Amino acid sequence: MNMRAPLWACLHLRAPALAAVQRRLASPPSLLAVSDGAENRPWILACSAAASTAGVRPGQSLPAARALCPALKVQRRDPAAERELHELLGAWAYGYSDQVSLELPEAVALEVGGSLKLFRGWPNLERLLREDLARLGLEASLALAPRPRAAWLLARRQDGLVVEDEVRLQQHLDALPIVEAGLAASASAALRAMGFLRLRELAALPRDSLGRRIGPEALAQLDRLYGRAPDPLPRWQPPAHFESTLEFDARPTAIEPLLFALRRLLNELAVVLHARDGGVQHFRLLLLHEDRPVTTVPVGLLRAERDPARLLELTRARLERVALPAPIAGLGLIADALPPFRPAIADLFAQARPDASDWPLLLERLRARLGDGAILEPVVSADHRPERAGTLRALDRDSGIPVASPRTGSASIGHARQLAETRPVWLLPRPVPLRQPPLRIVSGPERLESGWWDGGDVRRDYYVVETREGQRAWAYCPPGRREGWMLHGWFA
Amino acid sequence: MSASSVAAEHAAMADSSVLALPVRGDVWRGRRRTAPVPALPTGHAGLDALLPARGWPVGMLCEILHEGDGVGELRVVMPALAQLARQARPVIWIAPPYQPYAPALDAQGLPPAGQRVIQPDSDRQALWAAEQCLRAGSCAAVLLWPANLSITASRRLQLAAETGRGHGFVFRHRRHLVDASPAPIRLSVRRDHDSIRIHLDKCRGLLAPPAEEIAL
Repeated sequence: MNMRAPLWACLHLRAPALAAVQRRLASPPSLLAVSDGAENRPWILACSAAASTAGVRPGQSLPAARALCPALKVQRRDPAAERELHELLGAWAYGYSDQVSLELPEAVALEVGGSLKLFRGWPNLERLLREDLARLGLEASLALAPRPRAAWLLARRQDGLVVEDEVRLQQHLDALPIVEAGLAASASAALRAMGFLRLRELAALPRDSLGRRIGPEALAQLDRLYGRAPDPLPRWQPPAHFESTLEFDARPTAIEPLLFALRRLLNELAVVLHARDGGVQHFRLLLLHEDRPVTTVPVGLLRAERDPARLLELTRARLERVALPAPIAGLGLIADALPPFRPAIADLFAQARPDASDWPLLLERLRARLGDGAILEPVVSADHRPERAGTLRALDRDSGIPVASPRTGSASIGHARQLAETRPVWLLPRPVPLRQPPLRIVSGPERLESGWWDGGDVRRDYYVVETREGQRAWAYCPPGRREGWMLHGWFA
Repeated sequence: MSASSVAAEHAAMADSSVLALPVRGDVWRGRRRTAPVPALPTGHAGLDALLPARGWPVGMLCEILHEGDGVGELRVVMPALAQLARQARPVIWIAPPYQPYAPALDAQGLPPAGQRVIQPDSDRQALWAAEQCLRAGSCAAVLLWPANLSITASRRLQLAAETGRGHGFVFRHRRHLVDASPAPIRLSVRRDHDSIRIHLDKCRGLLAPPAEEIAL
């Protein structure tokens, strides 16, 4: 087998702190900056392009930035949001490669050497990656190299650099300034003090003396960078849950303005689901309010789904049923479990009846609009008490519709016919007194006596009776009596 | 339809002589019983003989009018529902007045697991659910007990049934017989002691429904 040498693509995010904050906001303002530093002396960490044209620069103190651009919106840096963004990128990259690493700061490395043929070469894959990044609203520089750490350094230095073989990689690394080589700060400072500027100059030094000067740790770092020592990066595994939140600037009081935010969250969820080859069956929508407990909207589907459009339709109908207690400050989506996704299996001969397979879809739509408890299934239980022998049970999973087979065997037919004549199709949820005594008794009595052991003691004589209006009813009396008629069902 | 196909149709119509017209399926001819509509046998020989399609026609709404519960209103449709149970499609009961009793359903050949009962909060939701189920075509039959059924709602249900090519049965009180209804089939059910009597009040394809009742 012709094994391709590994090639790593590395995406280095530009201003991830800004992107993470922007992602949290449902409608990010154009003049936006992220501040960092001590509470009393904040400074600008990153700013949007519009703010940059207004003169705001990273590193400025916050008052200076405000003086330059009074309309500037400033948000504190949010490490949790940055981690979330990093994880989302990991999930996205996992859709392209099974070897993904988030070990390198502010970057995602993914092995693409094995799948270049699949994506019809690097230029095509690069285009796909950049399109996806634009869709996610992120800016990143991209480089390709045989080793992930080298690719990361090159991506930080020059966007779009492609180095496919080791010899050229050595040249590019040699030309790298030492301060950009990702060495420990002390080693980097020591080398600069010694007058070294580029990595090339270090190669000329005797190894022992270099090791004495910068320490064994930095020496090992150089070895890993040049590929003289293995540099395994921990492989990123997609998480088994999903959690994301959006905050609103305006405080919507209706569901409609939430929908675009919901669509964004579901699209992110779909990215994660796609990467895991998973689906989602149960998740929670959190409606955040100011000074009020969170409104939770649980969404439970009968089977795992993945398509964001369908998820949106089903979630939307559920949201519309919620009475909002207060204006909404934010919308969150939490999925604790992402079960494997099984696409509906189409029958080879299903063309004759293409509509039967649509039932699960329709069912979800009905449940979403009418409520989870509105769709019920009649069930038979082994109990002689009529009210327990047949009940309605809310559908909690997609049990499927069985195909009935024609009854066979005379015994079962006879029994069924007898049962059909003595059990009504309509059962009253609770028996009520019969308005008038029956005109005529059609059949009976049938004594039912059961349940003394569980407190639901029942002793009744059941009759099929005809009322004065010509209706056929199922009614009972206390045993041995023919009065105090209670109506329990109709033979419809 | 594009202009060219309309023109082609016109040309085809011009070619065919007037004599050929009666052969066309979409020309309705007074008394003649042409039954090109696919239908589901009702399971009652007398009723089958009465209906021009020789059964419940596919894609048509059927109103069953009755006075009071327990006069055999469900008995009319039960054999047909039992046949439908042989498809892996559910029978939908929307807003039934009482609980469909599983042991009795089972005894009449309707597997309880193939029935889905929908209990909506309001009549509007019930009509919405009925329209969805009829239109989707993924349900074997839809049984509906509306509190109120306007002509508009009824027409919507009929259109949905045509789209989904399903069976829709609407159960209403007999006092609604005087109200106009777009449902192609309307029949009244009453019980006369041990027999169930059906009167066909309206039926698409019959110029005048027979005046006498039939017994099931």
